[in-house]
Amino acid sequence: MSTRPNIESRPSTAAGAAVPASTGMAVLVLIAGWLVPGAGHAIQKRWVRAALLFVCIVLMFALGLAMEGKIYSPNTGEILDMLGFLGDVGAGGLYMLTRVMDWGHGAIQMATADYGTKFIVVAGLLNVIAAVDAHNIALGKKK
Amino acid sequence: MHLSLSHFSAAAVFALLTSIVFGITQREDHREMVRYGLKCFAFFIGGLFVAGWAMWLLRH
Repeated sequence: MSTRPNIESRPSTAAGAAVPASTGMAVLVLIAGWLVPGAGHAIQKRWVRAALLFVCIVLMFALGLAMEGKIYSPNTGEILDMLGFLGDVGAGGLYMLTRVMDWGHGAIQMATADYGTKFIVVAGLLNVIAAVDAHNIALGKKK
Repeated sequence: MHLSLSHFSAAAVFALLTSIVFGITQREDHREMVRYGLKCFAFFIGGLFVAGWAMWLLRH
């Protein structure tokens, strides 16, 4: 028997209480949050959280690029490159923009370029966490 | 554009931005978000100093 509370029947009395949205809306929020950092929260009118997430994730990604970090490409055959690619793809629209603009070739002769690469990967991973958080809010699992 | 940060400043910026996202996503109440974010930041910076001194001791 499951011990989890039945969130679908949770009442929505007070302002700010968890209000479950439809599954379609929850998926939309997840995809929007992945494509644009903070968009999933913005759709649900969590403006401050959305703004903070947007600034933090975009700033981390931009700093990574400014430090001449490397953007990973798919199918290089190296397992570490594949993991790096998965992290980068988490940034969604930022990753696509970077690939389209042909940024992020990296500079292996610079010590801080490796920091830049890590900044970009972590920005992608944080964006995934933020998108999942927005999804949980839409499902009523979180306020 | 090229940006060159020192090891410490890069790690401090990383800690700040990551802590804010962790605070927002890992806690429900606003007060708890701030507390958790500050706690994460303190642990990041504390770990940075511990790692720095550990490397200094290994070198000497």
